[in-house]
Amino acid sequence: MSAILQVQDVSKSFGGLRALTSVSFDLPEGQILGLIGPNGAGKTTLFNCINGVFLADSGKVIFRGQDISGWKPYRVAHLGLARTHQIVQPLNELTVLENVMAGACFGHEQTSLGRSQEIAQEVLDFVGLAERSEVLAASLNVAQKKRLELARALAARPYLLLLDEVLAGLNQVEITEMLEVLREIHEQGVTILIIEHVMHALMNISQQVIVLNYGEQIAAGTPEEVANDPVVIEAYLGDPKIAERLMGTDA
Amino acid sequence: MKPWRRPGIWLILALTIAVSVWPLLAGNKPYAREVAFTMLKAMALASSLNLLLGYTGYVSFGHIVFFGLGGYVGFYLISVHRLPLYVAVLAGALSAALLAFLLGKAILRLRGAYFALATIGVNEAVRSFIKNFEPFGGPTGMTLNFRIYDSYGGANQALWITYASIAVLTVIILLVSFWVKTSRFGLGLMAIRENEDAAEVMGVVAPSAKTWAYVLSAAFPGMIGVLFFFKNGNIEPGDAFVLHQSIESIVMVMLGGQGTVLGPLFGAAAYQRLRGFLLVSPLFKNIQLTVAGVLLLVIVLFVPAGVIGWLRHRFPRLRRVLE
Repeated sequence: MSAILQVQDVSKSFGGLRALTSVSFDLPEGQILGLIGPNGAGKTTLFNCINGVFLADSGKVIFRGQDISGWKPYRVAHLGLARTHQIVQPLNELTVLENVMAGACFGHEQTSLGRSQEIAQEVLDFVGLAERSEVLAASLNVAQKKRLELARALAARPYLLLLDEVLAGLNQVEITEMLEVLREIHEQGVTILIIEHVMHALMNISQQVIVLNYGEQIAAGTPEEVANDPVVIEAYLGDPKIAERLMGTDA
Repeated sequence: MKPWRRPGIWLILALTIAVSVWPLLAGNKPYAREVAFTMLKAMALASSLNLLLGYTGYVSFGHIVFFGLGGYVGFYLISVHRLPLYVAVLAGALSAALLAFLLGKAILRLRGAYFALATIGVNEAVRSFIKNFEPFGGPTGMTLNFRIYDSYGGANQALWITYASIAVLTVIILLVSFWVKTSRFGLGLMAIRENEDAAEVMGVVAPSAKTWAYVLSAAFPGMIGVLFFFKNGNIEPGDAFVLHQSIESIVMVMLGGQGTVLGPLFGAAAYQRLRGFLLVSPLFKNIQLTVAGVLLLVIVLFVPAGVIGWLRHRFPRLRRVLE
């Protein structure tokens, strides 16, 4: 299994603050890799360094065999990498359909407007937003906007999907629905890198987990290994018993 | 859906053609022609500006610079090199487009107020340059030798040719505006308008999309400038780079509804009617620009989407017609 994404020694500082310190990992094609860590650990910064929103101070990002370090976000998108934002970024004055069409149009397949409309309708159906397709994106509620983010990223038909807290702010029912959607995306062969605070969800869908703390990678492994790692428990989980609870909840 | 199957485009064409043929119906009077010319010029300038302001979300305060520069280049070619009008019009478009292309590389990376300020600076800079540029007549500008009109069948004929040209040009601008609005290129521009960072993450190549939008929205004013000053017979820096005309164009776009095809058309017509009324009214004739300023303030505060935008929002069924 070859790595679709390789992050090698990526560091990033903002002034005196070291947001990321030599983060390295390989993401094999077809996997779901979870990224966890307390607030301010550098998870979103890592996403931004991967897809070109930020320029990393040092280190390399290799996507599908190509060194994409320092590339602009649109060039990275054209290679087949799509992402969602932790703080939703809808195109407010455009309709839901147009939002998703834009995702298809300008993603790596660069489809025509007509084709992107078909893709957008399929994807909206898939995430359960089809009946809202003609309303303005601004009028959606938070859960719907999260779905819209996901739909827009999916419409690009990416090889790799970066998901930044798509479950945050959702209620239990919505989380279950969203997890179902994520599983289906994964079954279609899309590799996923996911940041999540909803731990039991993350632990259940990811094959590998990486833990960041103060910009440093403090652990990596299967969900079980990570949940039982004393360093992780101290930095993030806080309570040894939490691991058992996390692994125990639904499968 | 094919563009000609959308009712909106027919409404837009019908309105433009109605304004265009009105002087013919009003008895071929020069007065009616001049009123309609001013109206079409306003519609064309506002619709060109809308390509950048409405679709892309970049406010160009100094957009009149392209009108002035195109006008100067075209006028120079007609007056000094005796080139035909249509060649001058194309040269006006090219010079304005070239300026926009070069500027785009430099100032389109600025956002919001910084970009708007930079465009004012550009207008002032070009004006100062032309004022001191001897081939273009320096501060006194250039005057057309009346004999040049002879090759167009006399002055009267030349004025009608200019009039027909601006009518055709306005129709072309509106078709382009409609095309942009319904095209893939336009979707990219609107994504930039709504959220430039998110658009780039989706794969919109924002720097080049913005530059092309700027070039397109500059080329048309360049052409209009040539037609206007050819008709005028005279060009000078004070007439070519009038900053408040830029602002009036913004008022028209905002009044009608930025980001719609019909909005600038409607806004320009409404504003010109109002302006015509104010200029002949003893009470308002000296404060006509104040009224424009207040109007802009009221629009921004209460109907930021403009008249057409408000109607589209209020009556979603109208959206098919009011593009």
